[in-house]
Amino acid sequence: MTPVLDVSDLRVTFGGRVAAVRGASLQVAQGETHCVVGESGCGKSVTALAIMDLLARGASRSAAHLRFRGEELSAREIARLRGDRLAMIFQEPMTSLNPAYTIGSQMGEVLRRHRGAGRREALDRSAAMLARVGITAPELRLAQFPHQLSGGLRQRVMIAMALLCEPELLIADEPTTALDVTVQAQILRLLQALQREMGLAILLITHDLGVVARVAHRVSVMYAGEVVESAAVGDLFAAPAHPYTRGLLRCVPVPGETPRDHPLGSIPGTVPRLGPDFVGCGFRDRCAHAIPACAGVIPRQGDAHQFLCRLPPGWTETRAA
Amino acid sequence: MLRFLLRRSLLAALVCLTVLVISFALTRLSGDLATAIAGQGATAADIAIIRHNYGLDRPLPEQFLTWAAAAAHGDLGRSFLYHEPVAGLIWARLPITLTLGLLGLGIALVVAIPLGIVAALREGTAIDRAAGLIAVIGQAMPSFWLGLILIIWLGLKLQLLPISGLESWQGYIMPAVVLSFSAIPSLMRLTRGGMIDALAADYIRTARAKGLSQGSIVLKHALRNAAMPVVAIAAVQLGFMLGGSIVIEAVFALHGVGYLAWESISKDDFPVIQAVVLLLAVIYIGLTLAADMLNALLDPRLRTA
Amino acid sequence: MNVRALSGFAGVAVVGLVTAAAIAAPWITPWDPFAQDLGARLIPPAWMDGGSAAHLLGTDQLGRDYLSRLIYGARISMMIGVLTVLASGLIGITLGVLGGFFGGLVDDVVMFAITCRLAIPLILVALTVVALVGSSLTVVILTLGLLLWDRFAVVARTTSMQVRTLDYIAAARAAGCSRTNIVLVEVLPNIAHHLIVVATLEMALAILLEAALSFLGLGVPPPLPSWGLMIAEGKDYMFFSPWVIVIPGIALFVLVLGINLLGDSLRDLLGGRAAR
Repeated sequence: MTPVLDVSDLRVTFGGRVAAVRGASLQVAQGETHCVVGESGCGKSVTALAIMDLLARGASRSAAHLRFRGEELSAREIARLRGDRLAMIFQEPMTSLNPAYTIGSQMGEVLRRHRGAGRREALDRSAAMLARVGITAPELRLAQFPHQLSGGLRQRVMIAMALLCEPELLIADEPTTALDVTVQAQILRLLQALQREMGLAILLITHDLGVVARVAHRVSVMYAGEVVESAAVGDLFAAPAHPYTRGLLRCVPVPGETPRDHPLGSIPGTVPRLGPDFVGCGFRDRCAHAIPACAGVIPRQGDAHQFLCRLPPGWTETRAA
Repeated sequence: MLRFLLRRSLLAALVCLTVLVISFALTRLSGDLATAIAGQGATAADIAIIRHNYGLDRPLPEQFLTWAAAAAHGDLGRSFLYHEPVAGLIWARLPITLTLGLLGLGIALVVAIPLGIVAALREGTAIDRAAGLIAVIGQAMPSFWLGLILIIWLGLKLQLLPISGLESWQGYIMPAVVLSFSAIPSLMRLTRGGMIDALAADYIRTARAKGLSQGSIVLKHALRNAAMPVVAIAAVQLGFMLGGSIVIEAVFALHGVGYLAWESISKDDFPVIQAVVLLLAVIYIGLTLAADMLNALLDPRLRTA
Repeated sequence: MNVRALSGFAGVAVVGLVTAAAIAAPWITPWDPFAQDLGARLIPPAWMDGGSAAHLLGTDQLGRDYLSRLIYGARISMMIGVLTVLASGLIGITLGVLGGFFGGLVDDVVMFAITCRLAIPLILVALTVVALVGSSLTVVILTLGLLLWDRFAVVARTTSMQVRTLDYIAAARAAGCSRTNIVLVEVLPNIAHHLIVVATLEMALAILLEAALSFLGLGVPPPLPSWGLMIAEGKDYMFFSPWVIVIPGIALFVLVLGINLLGDSLRDLLGGRAAR
């Protein structure tokens, strides 16, 4: 079964100096939620924007291949498919909607653009979609302006707007980060329900491991522009292979397991900004297990559960005192 | 929204009142008006008679109140020069000045806004720099000099346009163009700045993600948000143009309100001067009020505030 | 070299040249700018027919050497520009800082004053004052100085308001500094760069306004060689001897352009979106 999205060796450089993404590869299958997780600055948002060709001027991107349902996508192809079969929602629902136009107007223009719908039809279908994402009194909402809606409502509107043309792939860039915790849960449940109904493939960017645990089928962990580990969600949490992933998981307190008054794990240092000519593992300056060989080319190990490291798969950690 | 308008109207009224006082005080600067009116060779007796006839021997506050009360009813006094009601004199000449101002603003908008949009879209390129050059030249150009140069060149040498007067509508073209020169730089810069900010906003990224056309993104989504400060400044610029029309009308010998004001100033026709200053101030205040309302219309966030 | 730097240098060069010429006027002018020679009227500039090397830029309708008048005119323009800006800057910055820093009622009063000032038609009022009080260089400078403070006030107010909330102000108050001290030592130096940019813009405006006033006969009085006045005096002869108005006009344009370019590059250098 061809994956909906198949990206190989994606590279993004800003101004020729900062390599935000240094060879990321991932695949998303139909009906699957693939989470890309990592700290700020690891390149996950840039990856999402690069796939949609929404990067700012001054960014150059390249990939070995970027396939949608098996077909190679050029920039023009992506522009044609955006909003139609490829959709994206963003982190900030507050600023992602145009304050000068009504919800109905902003949703309607998607249908007018891609489906040639008339005004009446556009409003009807928009109202139906708003209802589907759990918004009550949709006709009322259509006549309202973005500033009249709460953050959670706005994000629902964004989701509805993205799904109007029944896309096959939805890219969600930290969709719940700017929302209250209770609203977060609602939005995630909504996404899961819609996925089941529409057979949607979702690429979800997040820094929150809790979100990953909740909705992901597969996970890719990114660090310093690379995918350092990629696995099914159960495998990742049960047996993290990469030192960075282990470090991340140690930072998260687990109710019932983490002893009280015991300091949470942390990874010393900060995420580096690397140039395009950087060779070797980007994590080696912060890794407790770095060896001189880490400065060379790192092999990608594993099959269904992949990770980018010199250490052998079954290595056991030696605890520092 | 209503409260907002009410507050603004109250403030506007207060400003009008202050300008009333300033305008009145202005003409009292020279000291003894009666002497000025009487002119050369007047005897002390003549001056005394004039002083009494014009009410100049009353205490100052009383003179002010008399004038203010009359002004509120539309009676702006009588001109010393023309011996006619000032209000009538102004009314007859207002259409010319207003036409000139609106034409000048129109030309400025038609040139500045597209230029600003293009400069923003092609930020940093040669087109952007060229637009910046136009703005900088427009700012430095002395308007009266430009008027004279155009008269010599287009009027005399090329004989394309009339060199003065308003026998035909073509007489409006050169003065309106010169007038627009003063507004184009700021309007263009504002449009450009506003568009650059708008294009960098998150909702533009959303619009691109929705697959909308470039035209729709620029003209529908970005421009609408960039337009708001431009509207406010455009109204203010119109106010400045009307106030500064005196120079253009003098150069092109157009008998508008500005020309009338110039005549009055040269000939010490105080009632006219007072009235024109007041009128221009009131127009300016009205324009800023109108700009606020237009802004409220354009920005839904202000409506429900 | 990029365009930005180029225009900045051009600005500095122009302003520097004009200032130098203005200061050195008594020593570099070939003729006395007030000396009339009715036998040598309206001689065209040296590069045109009928011109002579004795009068490089020709003579005006009273036979006065144009080049000398132009150079002395630079003096007038620069004096107007600098002195007006000093006066209006003093008024505007004081008002703006008071309003922006103290806020509340003081700010309301300052805003009201600015609004009233903006409502008044500038040229009309300036003309009226000069007409009633009498035209002289001093009157023009004072009048423009008392009228052109609005942009200073607006920018000083906005920047003071921004600075007021910053931590080092709170630290200074905690250390017991008096408010006067804070305004002078903490606030002013940090808003100065914005105000310098405004100063250049207002200087250019003052020069243009004086030229307009003089052109209308109510600015600097003759026989002073204000460029605006030279254009007015030459108006009657402009159809046959256009250089009489072209030359001072170009001088005005170049000087104002130079000042604006200087101001623009100062704004770029000192950073941020200062007064527009």
